[in-house]
Amino acid sequence: MDMINLKIDGFDVSVPKNTTILEAAKQLNIDIPTLCFMKGVNEPGSCRVCVVEVAGWRGLHPACVTKVSEGIVVKTATSTVREARKNILELIMANHNRECLSCPRNLKCELQTLCNDNGIDAIPYEGKVDKGCLDTSGPIVRDPNKCVLCGRCVSVCSKIQDVSAIDFAFRGAHMTVTTAYEEGLANQECINCGQCIKICPVGALQERDDTEKVWKALENPELHVVVQTAPAVRVALGEEFGFAPGTNVEGEMVTALRRLGFNKVFDTNFSADLTIIEEGNELIDRIKNGGKLPLITSCSPGWIKYCEHNYHDFIENLSSCKSPQQMFGAIAKSYYPIKTDVDPKSVFVVSVMPCTAKKYEADREEMNVDGLKDIDAVITTRELAKMIRQAGIKFAELENSKQDSILGTYSGAGTIFGNTGGVMEAALRTVADKLTGKSLDCIEYTAVRGLDGIKEATVNIADMEIKVAVANGTGNASKLLDKIRAGEANYHFIEVMGCEGGCINGGGQPIIKDKSTTDAVKTARIKGLYDIDVSCEKRKSHENPEIQKLYSEYLGEAGGHKAHKLLHTHYTAR
Amino acid sequence: MDKVLSARFGKIKPDSIEEYIQAGGYEGLKKTMSMEHLDAIEEIKKANLFGRGGAAYPTGIKWEQAYAIQRGPKYMVCNADEGEPGTFKDKHILSEDPFELIEGMTIGAYIMGAKEGYIYIRGEYAAIQKIVKSAIENAKKAGYLGKNILGREGFDFELKVVSGAGAYVCGENTALVESIEGKTGRPRQKPPYIKNCGLYQMPTILNNVETYSCIPWIIKDGGEKFSSMGTEFSGGTKLMCLSGNVNNRGVYEIPFGTTLRELIFNLGGGMKDGRKLKFVHLGGSSGSCFPESMIDTKICYYDLKKAGFSLGSGAVLVVDDTHCAVDYLKTVMEFFEEESCGKCTPCREGNHRLVEILDKMTEGTATMADFNKMKSLAQTMKTTSFCGLGQSAPMPLITLVKYFEEEFLEHINGKCRAGVCSMSGKAGK
Repeated sequence: MDMINLKIDGFDVSVPKNTTILEAAKQLNIDIPTLCFMKGVNEPGSCRVCVVEVAGWRGLHPACVTKVSEGIVVKTATSTVREARKNILELIMANHNRECLSCPRNLKCELQTLCNDNGIDAIPYEGKVDKGCLDTSGPIVRDPNKCVLCGRCVSVCSKIQDVSAIDFAFRGAHMTVTTAYEEGLANQECINCGQCIKICPVGALQERDDTEKVWKALENPELHVVVQTAPAVRVALGEEFGFAPGTNVEGEMVTALRRLGFNKVFDTNFSADLTIIEEGNELIDRIKNGGKLPLITSCSPGWIKYCEHNYHDFIENLSSCKSPQQMFGAIAKSYYPIKTDVDPKSVFVVSVMPCTAKKYEADREEMNVDGLKDIDAVITTRELAKMIRQAGIKFAELENSKQDSILGTYSGAGTIFGNTGGVMEAALRTVADKLTGKSLDCIEYTAVRGLDGIKEATVNIADMEIKVAVANGTGNASKLLDKIRAGEANYHFIEVMGCEGGCINGGGQPIIKDKSTTDAVKTARIKGLYDIDVSCEKRKSHENPEIQKLYSEYLGEAGGHKAHKLLHTHYTAR
Repeated sequence: MDKVLSARFGKIKPDSIEEYIQAGGYEGLKKTMSMEHLDAIEEIKKANLFGRGGAAYPTGIKWEQAYAIQRGPKYMVCNADEGEPGTFKDKHILSEDPFELIEGMTIGAYIMGAKEGYIYIRGEYAAIQKIVKSAIENAKKAGYLGKNILGREGFDFELKVVSGAGAYVCGENTALVESIEGKTGRPRQKPPYIKNCGLYQMPTILNNVETYSCIPWIIKDGGEKFSSMGTEFSGGTKLMCLSGNVNNRGVYEIPFGTTLRELIFNLGGGMKDGRKLKFVHLGGSSGSCFPESMIDTKICYYDLKKAGFSLGSGAVLVVDDTHCAVDYLKTVMEFFEEESCGKCTPCREGNHRLVEILDKMTEGTATMADFNKMKSLAQTMKTTSFCGLGQSAPMPLITLVKYFEEEFLEHINGKCRAGVCSMSGKAGK
């Protein structure tokens, strides 16, 4: 490999050709500050915070996008560089809505850290350019007056998610990030995935805060408030309380939820198992009876909205199954009240989700049964952490406890729903048993695991070759569907998750302050869920005793009349 | 003196190819077609021609580098955005002799093997766009554009006019290319450079109107002859745009080596109303401002650089002593505040904050801290901005502070010697 030798701050370093100054400096443990830069996603070189001096070169140069060349002498913190950096940060801060104390991103804000580290003690400018109103039209709330125009959200929305709901508009000091015709995000093709929130260095993007709705319900004696937590929440919530990413804090979480005052603490893993029974049945039915194939999963509401906007010709391929969140709500307001003698109208269902699109899904008008909304409030992992802190609960010190029956028991299959490839694997475990009529021992489908964009496998079950694919994020889903459209690929079954990595990397998960660790955090959370799977007594959805009971006592057949009414839905071309 | 560019101005019907040919047009192209490609480029190198848009990159070298690139298709692009305030020279070429530009680009296309070219003309020149389009049509009809030009098999070149939409930044080459592609006009990171990776990510030869327009003459009469018209360091002639408080404003074609004083006082007829010359703003809004004591400098890339200035586009804006340096600067900075594309922090926010401080100066409420911040910020903008716009926008500020610092200090103390500034905030200070 061609190596380039250079000197940074007096130290020699040798790096491969095409390395940036920023990366070369990292090898010497020199951390050049950056703001707009997000490797592989957003590399516009536009904020200019990372400028450095190169001997003999005119002006200063952005370390993030400047490639090394042989023999250059770089200085990263001379008085000229420090003055420039300070001036630039002052300029950014001058038009930033500096409500740090009341900002949800306080202490996790990259701009705050940069300003602290670079000696910004006063802002020498007075006026502010008003960049428009707070957008509260949907689950994603945008504050253009906190936006620092780094463009990371624009890049993640267009390049990673293939959505392009936002872009830069106007010029000079009036430049903003906004939507087409400056309408609210809710009126756009935004899929509410919340990846923009996660990548925002400041608090310009956040989820709609629904915690007050939950507090009010908890305080209302007329209501019977039950809560479900999605699989991915338990391996990330701990990060908000000092646990390492991927640590399973399910036990502490259940205790905390009880302390918050929920009448029953249940689990979305349970309804994930339920989804597998219905979706597995749907797949077998479509394969055997010549139904529309490939069948495509419908658990991810971001993906569903993406499909409804962009792939009308695939709407019939979507599984008619509601997502686990919605299935849970439907059961919690039908079967559960019957079994426990609670008035269904008094049941208030709260979801804790790693996902911002779940807020949108819960509000879809078709998501109700006989006039009762499946889900009454959705909060993200971050919002739950906030409630736990507000209640003064010392999370890390809590004893462990178990979910309540009869909607709280789960299998390993329901747990791995939170990982990319997890729904596919869970479905295959059940479908294989159903088709062979046996209880198979080989249950780990590793080909569909991991962070690759598109994963494909052919599974041989009962002399049938079932071709499957997993699309990791909507951007990859788009590539996969284009291939199918072009006749270049064909499958029986496709899993799509709206966010890369799956729900573990959903828009509602804890903010990763050091974005360079994002992949490591994703991997740790994924491992966390697989570890739970391995530790489960039952690892197949159809072996979940509470699910078996639900069918025998109430639903009857999978895909039957009652199941259809409660657990299935339809989609709209948008 | 021989005129290279303006010889036919006003003498021919601008879009008449017959009149252009009668006046010696297309000799350059014909000669090029009888030459080896590299010999033609060598002629341009000998001409000592520097890019007339403002950056003054040697054109021969640029073409030689572009020629060496193996990838294709290659595109010919002309920057006719002419957005620099005080600059109106390309306007004359486009409206009075568009064929010299078209011929220059066609010569380039022949050498480079380019099949397509674009002339990016500022939106405000709507009437001129029509003339250029008509000239292109006429050239096509006469076989000087289109397929098999002048009967040469395979020599195809299509030329299109693209209209700008009013953004100053689109005069920056990479932003211009983005704009032709239909994107918002914002600059690209360099490298890669336009010559390697320009329009549609393909190798692109991009020059200013005036630069292309020199090419036919250079080929026809020889690079050495062209070079000999100027100085050792700057070949040929230059169209200068004289404006401001002078008697005879307008475009003048001068040989390099003429002094600014000669331009202003001889060709320009001296100061209007006999006022005193306070400073000259050279090269457009993003150029330097300097006092009368320095106008004996020769118009020559080298001499000007030695004095710390840049010729830029060739705009010479003459300002008399009825003007206040601070108020003048504020007007200039308001232009940049408006025209910054917004991509990078120093330019987007910096120009805005410079105007904020200059507002305070003209109102008499600025402090020494403001003045020092202004100077520091200007340096940061110059050294850290993404593109030439932000890098050069603080130049008038830096130079006016250098030569007229006492006026700035007077404003901090509530006084405007020219009596222009309102000082309206002084009472409340």
